[in-house]
Amino acid sequence: MMQNPHDDPAIARRRRWMGVLAQAPRETLERAWRRFAAPPAFEWLRRPETGLVMTRGRAGGSGRRFNLGELCVTRAAVRLEGGAVGHAYVAGRDGRRAELAALFDALLQQPTLHDELERELIGPLAEAAHAAREDAARKAAATRVEFFTLVRGEDA
Amino acid sequence: MYVSVKGGERAIDNAHRWLAEARRGDPAVAELSLEQIAGQLAGSVDRVMAEGSLYDPELAALAIKQARGDLIEAVFLLRAYRSTLPRFGAAEPLDTAQMAIRRRVSATFKDLPGGQILGPTFDYTHRLLDFQLAAGGAVPPPAERAAEPVAPAMPRVADLLGADGLIEPEAADDGRPVGDLTREPFRFPVDRDVRLQALARGDEGFLLALGYSSQRGYGRNHPFVGELRIGEVAVEFVPEELGFAVEIGTLTVTECQMVNQFKGSAERPAQFTRGYGLVFGHGERKAMSMALVDRALRAGELDEAVQAPAQDEEFVLYHCDNVQATGFVEHLKLPHYVDFQSELEMVRALRAAAGRPAEEPEDA
Repeated sequence: MMQNPHDDPAIARRRRWMGVLAQAPRETLERAWRRFAAPPAFEWLRRPETGLVMTRGRAGGSGRRFNLGELCVTRAAVRLEGGAVGHAYVAGRDGRRAELAALFDALLQQPTLHDELERELIGPLAEAAHAAREDAARKAAATRVEFFTLVRGEDA
Repeated sequence: MYVSVKGGERAIDNAHRWLAEARRGDPAVAELSLEQIAGQLAGSVDRVMAEGSLYDPELAALAIKQARGDLIEAVFLLRAYRSTLPRFGAAEPLDTAQMAIRRRVSATFKDLPGGQILGPTFDYTHRLLDFQLAAGGAVPPPAERAAEPVAPAMPRVADLLGADGLIEPEAADDGRPVGDLTREPFRFPVDRDVRLQALARGDEGFLLALGYSSQRGYGRNHPFVGELRIGEVAVEFVPEELGFAVEIGTLTVTECQMVNQFKGSAERPAQFTRGYGLVFGHGERKAMSMALVDRALRAGELDEAVQAPAQDEEFVLYHCDNVQATGFVEHLKLPHYVDFQSELEMVRALRAAAGRPAEEPEDA
């Protein structure tokens, strides 16, 4: 039986940081990139390209798949001098954001850089996303409602 | 047959220049930014994304600005833009049970696990115009926050209550390729996947009217809102070059599970049946209408008589797309001089044959 790639811990870690990078604000990625005194050299495997990904739902939420509608997505791929290949698929049409996400995907695969980038970039981005999600969830919780069914006079 | 015309370039250019001036409005008034449209007219943006079948709030805001707020024109612009882009593939199906809930209500089950969450809703407002908004400048107080957030994931009500068989279970995915109406024309009867795709991008007004007609007795099916939920869901995509799923972004979607009365048939026991709605953005009227029409269109499958427009698959699917509809209706205003001339001659000939020549104008 083929091994599910999602069970591989290295792939699980990469999935996580790629997901965080895909949602990162461009300015945060730019700032992190500017912190390199000498920007890492790379070559393009795929220059930023905008296209569509068809999103899907399931009938009833759990049944047969159907096409819901498309999402604008920009992708890019780079190779660092050392050979590490970085990919990005990022919702939206911002080529630079996809470029930076691909670069950091490649850099995070470098053992010499991984821990620092995890600590300085991915960790704070994940925390900010979590905080935003939690803030919305607390607003939602403040609107939780208890409905009471009133008993009619003659039944009381 | 439509015979084309030429000429009129200068008049057309001038008409479009005037349109651009009119679009801008009074230049002494600040111009609208896309951020303002996306941030403060979110209902319009969501509707244009849903019916344009393209999730991109910034592009939808641009389309609305360009269309001067004419939402069907904006949908048309978004569809046209979409046709210029390559498709990278299809995402994994959204898991709405993992939705970050902003709003979630049920009209049928009072005590759901996770609770009823009103969220930012127009419900229970008095629909009185607020003249403080007209004055502008007031910063609303921040939304209240509870100490504890709502649960990060909530089970879908229909799944919870389907377990005892009183609500029909959803048929599992059989692995067949997913039909796509943007690639293949309808072949009736269509499968539910194609039907749901058509409804998800269908015109809200058309589906609202059809759903309403089913409530009023034209294909009645006694609906209840089992659950309506709105929130954010992650989109996962498996790039070919990677071979594993990555999260590429987050969508706001509205999901409606309609629960409907069903007396049973030769094959099925009496149980509640289901209609389903799922749309881009915060669009509960549309999601509810979609669920009503989805259920109405299941009439044949459930051995119900197909008598009403909302139950007629060809009627609904051929007419729910507002870009197609507007194209065919609005083309009538383009020059039809040659068509009309030939019809005119035919009418004259018919009248002559009947012995009633057309009256000639006196100074023709």
